[in-house]
Amino acid sequence: MGNPMKIRAANKDGVTEVKALISHEMETGQRKDANGAVVPAHFITELTVKHNDKLVLASEFGTAISKNPYLAFKFKGGAKGDKVVVSWKDNKGDTRTDEVAIG
Amino acid sequence: MNNQRRTVLKAGSGAALLSTLAAAGLITPGMALADWNKAAFDAKSMADTLKALGAGSPADSKDVQVTGPDIAENGAVVPVGVGTTLPNVSMVAILIEKNPNALAAAFTLPEGTEANVQTRVKMGQTSNVYALVKSDGKFFVATKEIKVTLGGCGG
Repeated sequence: MGNPMKIRAANKDGVTEVKALISHEMETGQRKDANGAVVPAHFITELTVKHNDKLVLASEFGTAISKNPYLAFKFKGGAKGDKVVVSWKDNKGDTRTDEVAIG
Repeated sequence: MNNQRRTVLKAGSGAALLSTLAAAGLITPGMALADWNKAAFDAKSMADTLKALGAGSPADSKDVQVTGPDIAENGAVVPVGVGTTLPNVSMVAILIEKNPNALAAAFTLPEGTEANVQTRVKMGQTSNVYALVKSDGKFFVATKEIKVTLGGCGG
């Protein structure tokens, strides 16, 4: 499940800027714990952003994305009050979806 | 564990490595997601990654920008952005040459989404960071070297 994401979406001059901070440990699978056992990989593989029901960004992540991933991008269109929905899925099949209204 | 790791390393890359990993029980079938480009994310070298992405040998372009610090004091959190003025961009990817797996992230941009994406990546060491952009069906690339200082003194 994970913790809630922090998402901001702001429309300016017809372009909506989305900034998202996702809470995820993004474990690479290359670290070892104090006992020398490999910490299993646990990371987000796919993340999509939708504006209302239209896909505006589809991303695939590798293990090189930082812990608690940050993402910022812009798309044309969007009006105040429209919904922006961010969903992710990780390599263990965990998913989470959060949404925010464009401000 | 270490013995197993040696075996895995010896088994080489690509399919051989995958099957070895699967046999060793390190990855479960559930991890093989249909949409996620596993081959590209598992590729070790730049050339293999580009091949897996179907990019072949992309042309250098001045219209593609990689943004990021010249020196990153903390390799665990390096802000990196990719931007381009090229038209009809359908895909943007961030590759870090000296990371264990070069591909950090790939973004598919539907029409209407600007070719300008920022995120944060991990870097094991000083490396060239590549921004790969697909514009009008052709691949273009730009590079920036980001130095990673481990001492944390900013040297």
